Amino acid sequence: MNTSMVMEATETIQRRIAREIESGMLVNLGIGIPTGVTRFVTAEGVMFQSENGLIGTGAPMPEGMEDESLVDAGGGFVSAVPGAATIDSATSFAFIRGGHLDMTVLGGMQVNEQGQLANWMVPGQRVAGMGGAMDLVSGAKRVIVAMKHTAKGAAKIVPECSLPLTSIRRVSLIVTELAVIEPTEEGLVLVEHADYVSVDEVLSQTQAALIVSPDIKPMRLLG
Amino acid sequence: MVTENSHDHITVSSQLFIFSRECHLYIKPTESELELAKKIPPGASLHVGGFMGVGTPDRLVQALVELKIGELTIYCNDTGKPGAIGIAPLIHANLVKRVVTSHVGTNPETQQKMIDGELDVVLMPQGTLVECIRAAGAGLGGVLTRTGLGTVVAEGKQVVEIDGEQWLLEKPIRADFALLGCHRADYQGNLEYTLTATNFNPVMALAAEVVIAEPRSIVPVGVIPPDHVMTPGPLVDYLVSHPNAKR
Repeated sequence: MNTSMVMEATETIQRRIAREIESGMLVNLGIGIPTGVTRFVTAEGVMFQSENGLIGTGAPMPEGMEDESLVDAGGGFVSAVPGAATIDSATSFAFIRGGHLDMTVLGGMQVNEQGQLANWMVPGQRVAGMGGAMDLVSGAKRVIVAMKHTAKGAAKIVPECSLPLTSIRRVSLIVTELAVIEPTEEGLVLVEHADYVSVDEVLSQTQAALIVSPDIKPMRLLG
Repeated sequence: MVTENSHDHITVSSQLFIFSRECHLYIKPTESELELAKKIPPGASLHVGGFMGVGTPDRLVQALVELKIGELTIYCNDTGKPGAIGIAPLIHANLVKRVVTSHVGTNPETQQKMIDGELDVVLMPQGTLVECIRAAGAGLGGVLTRTGLGTVVAEGKQVVEIDGEQWLLEKPIRADFALLGCHRADYQGNLEYTLTATNFNPVMALAAEVVIAEPRSIVPVGVIPPDHVMTPGPLVDYLVSHPNAKR
């Protein structure tokens, strides 16, 4: 896969997820593909949380204008939007677990047929740690997984995760460059597919069983 | 009438006198980071505030390295980054025996020592870690959370059923010392934090036997308005003096 195709996949995912973000929401974006979703959000009054204690995360500051005490959860210098608030870590995670965070968007390594996410650890590889991911997946009102459909040809949407789970909670939505999948009580429902792939192609690149929605639509992107 | 009035006056002024004397008694000892670090014995457990080095008491960390105080157990959000960020200097100097943290991904040295079996690393979800520290400081017996249920985090831990719902029981985390980074302190030990440098600091202030705060500046009592105090003075035992303070 060449660079432009990689860029395109990432952007497709980000533009699709941007549609899920509604005006006035409080949203926490994970590192990687999720961070770039901000570029395409058109809803008004959206606040972004950084779990290190910022409600109202703004763009990175120009070089030389950073505040050494103002960083996002990745440790990068950011700004705070007008109306922002800073809080301690205990309050920040009370937001996350206590039902005050409308949505989290996180990267994924695997999702199983129950809609459970694995995204924090690969046994045998260097462990980074879960950071806030387990709290976010267990606590946010909506959990959206933003990931490539496959990794080096291997399926990521699988019957059972071979990687350790981040949470046993069922996620709300999986968005890849090929499809939008909604985990339900009955199983994984394919609700949208990218216009450049057929439903059969999506199915062939998905190891887990998918229920094709009778209302399946082409993916619509924002921005 | 006149006698009573003057009597009242005497009582009020003597109360004021006693009040100001008591204030004086509550002035917190202010010492250099090296003197304060000497109070920490090898093998102690420490809460260290900060998130990726933001809000970390850096001078206290350096003093521990300088004094080579080792065998430490550290509770900290992360293990910092190479380049003296966060608690990385303590990891680098092999002074840590055990670290309980949510993230080590930004410090390859922690990961390597973990693989080599030189460092005992316990990974906890960030929200659970801070809440367990909060529970210890708030006198609670534990935390019941959904975070970690059914995952490797739950291994060996008790699951409690309440009204048909399952919760993971996590125990309170107390330490011998809390080392805090803060924006300003007054001489009574009232602490003020700034922006995202707040993070774990005010929570840790309640959960240790001895609390040492490292402010960027120490201001006269009354300069920090009561509304801005996030850690009230009675919680704080020592203040790190300003680097230019005469000793």
